[in-house]
Formats: sequence, C-alpha cells, structure tokens
Amino acid sequence: MRSEDYEEYLECSYEIEGRDFIDAGIVSSQIKKGLKSKGIPESIIRRIAVLTFEAEINIISYAHQGTIRCYVLPDSVIIEAKDIGPGIEDIELAQQEGYSTADDAIREMGFGAGMGLANIRKSSDTFEISSVPGEGTYLKCVILLNGK
Amino acid sequence: MTLETIAEKLSLKCKSSWENLKKDVSGGYAGDLLSDVMANSKAGDVWVTRQVHQNIVAVAALKEHAGIIVVQGAIPGKDTIEKAQKEGIPILISELPEFEVVGRLYQMIYSAQG
Amino acid sequence: MTLGEIRDILDAEVIVGKDKLDLEIHTAFGADLMSDVLAFARSGCLLITGLSNPQSVRTAYALDIAAIAVCRGKALSEKFIEIARELGIPVLVTRYIMFETCGRLFQAGITGCIREVHLEDKQRAQ
Repeated sequence: MRSEDYEEYLECSYEIEGRDFIDAGIVSSQIKKGLKSKGIPESIIRRIAVLTFEAEINIISYAHQGTIRCYVLPDSVIIEAKDIGPGIEDIELAQQEGYSTADDAIREMGFGAGMGLANIRKSSDTFEISSVPGEGTYLKCVILLNGK
Repeated sequence: MTLETIAEKLSLKCKSSWENLKKDVSGGYAGDLLSDVMANSKAGDVWVTRQVHQNIVAVAALKEHAGIIVVQGAIPGKDTIEKAQKEGIPILISELPEFEVVGRLYQMIYSAQG
Repeated sequence: MTLGEIRDILDAEVIVGKDKLDLEIHTAFGADLMSDVLAFARSGCLLITGLSNPQSVRTAYALDIAAIAVCRGKALSEKFIEIARELGIPVLVTRYIMFETCGRLFQAGITGCIREVHLEDKQRAQ
C-alpha cells in the first residue's frame, strides 16, 4: 500500500529532535495512549509501544530530526518513522542483532545494544526500511489487527 | 505481593509515587539494556536496574511495570524522580548490588505465588 | 558450589571450559554494563550478564572473574568464543532471564560478591 492510500487514516504525527534523550519515550507513550482510547487490544498495543519506542530512540540517537506518524486503518495500524540525518550505510548489517554504531554516551544509558531494528522487525507483521546515506532513513511498520 | 511489602522486607527507600505502592507485583525483570527490557519484560513486573536517567520512566510506563528498584547505590536525579511522579511510577532504591536484591526479591515473589 | 552445579541449576550450555566444571565459585555479580563490573565486581566471582559481546570477556579477564554466565539465551559470536578460549575464561549460556538466573543461584546459596556498595567503591566508579 502506498502512503497516499492510507493518508486519510492519519491519527497523529510527532516531530522528534536528534540527541534529545531527555524527551525520549514521549512520542511512543502518546501514541500508546491514543491507541488505548480506540479500543485496540492490549497485546497489540504492547507490540506497537515497543516498536515505536525503538524507532523514536533511533531517530534521537542517530538523526538530526525526524517524524513519527501513526495511522489507524480498519484492519491494521501503520507506524511510519522518517528522519533527516546521516542515514544507514549498510542496511543489512544494521539489522544484524548486536551490530551498533552507538557512541559511549548512548551505550552507558543502556541503548545501543544493537537490538533496535531486530525488535522493530519482531514486533511488526510487515516491516520496510530504506535509507539514503547522507540524507536519512525511512521505516514503515504494519501491525495487523485481526491476528496473525 | 505488593510493592509496599517488598519495600518493607528489603528496606527499600521510596522516592516517588508512594500512592502506587499498593500495586500488585506479578513478576520481576532485571537488566540495564533498554531494548532488552522493552522486548522481554512484562506488565506488572518490578524492574530492577542501575540506570537512573529519565528514560527508565518512559520504559516503565510503556511496559506498565509495577515499579522500578534502582540498585547498587545509584541515585536517580531530580528529573527522573519528577518524571516518575508525573507518570505514577514508584521508584525504590537500594544500596545492595543487583544480585542480592534480585535474589531476595525472587524468593519473595515466588514463595508468595506458592 | 562447582561450575558444573551452576550449569545444572541454570540448565545452561557450556560453551567454553568443559574441562573446568570442578571450578569452585561462591559469589556472583549481575550486570549488563561493564563499567559497573569494573567498578564493583570482585575477582573469583561468576559474572552474570546479558551483554553478549567481547567486551564482557575482556572485562572478566581484567578482574580475574572466574566464569561468565550469559543469560537471556543470547547467541554468542565466534569472536566472543575465541577470545574466551584464548583468555581461559569458562562461559555458560542459559535461556533464563537475568532475574531468574540470579534468583535461582541466590536460592542455591551463591552470595553477591560485594555485600553493599561502600563509599570507596562509589569513588572508584567515578
């Protein structure tokens, strides 16, 4: 599905500043609260909370700025994360569990263990990632509402 | 088993959200790698960690933990406490290292469950 | 207790050190951040960690830690295993989470390798 096809289902959109660790998690909690009020099953909300948090942390850790959007369709929820930043040089490598380009400051906070993209993939029913080094990264996660 | 009972038995000091100490604890999770805690901990867990930055509150709130126990004499900053207070997350602290705290907590939680 | 008994309690797989199962271990230190291990752990203990990269092995070596138990069923890289072999540090992997791993060992009589964080330790950490 192209984004034009689901634009009308946009629930909310949030801007995120790079390196703004203090506010990390605010966007995912807002999205979670919003989904709760729509009566989406708890177990599905939990998966969405995990992947949104990881996407948020990635933008904060590695990009200059980014946007996370949540769409609620009749049969699915779509989370899109788009950022402006250095992008990912090697997408295959970046998705390998344990691989991380985090600096020491990030690791000391407990991030940067190289599990973010793996967690996002595991939490989604379908997962798309693309990046242009020097420009930014785009993530799209689809979570089906009618069970796997 | 409530957080209040745990705090008493382990001599933990509560630093935020005292009103939520009566929350029931259904399990425990220990760890300092946030992706791991996000992926593997459960709602109702008490989370044992040495991390003290504000993001621990975001994680605990997202995962609906019963509360956070900060170990090893680590001291949560004012910002973390304020955030925890706002989110209703009790933060308890212990001078003991993680192994000791988890060991005792494990015995308490699992003997309570029979 | 011995490393072999620890392996049994944790239903663990011995990845390095199958010849060292008679090693006596009485204390343990649980941590994911190696800076904490460096600041607070003592030699001769079992390091319990979810950090499955070679950093854990090098830290254990620096402190003469007796053995490493990697929890959460983490898969270890070839590099990790190679370095552990080279440095002579036994490594177990258990599927149990950190909470369960520490809990089981504590119940079986293993104690924390420091009783409490004292001022000198905190100063050493800074």
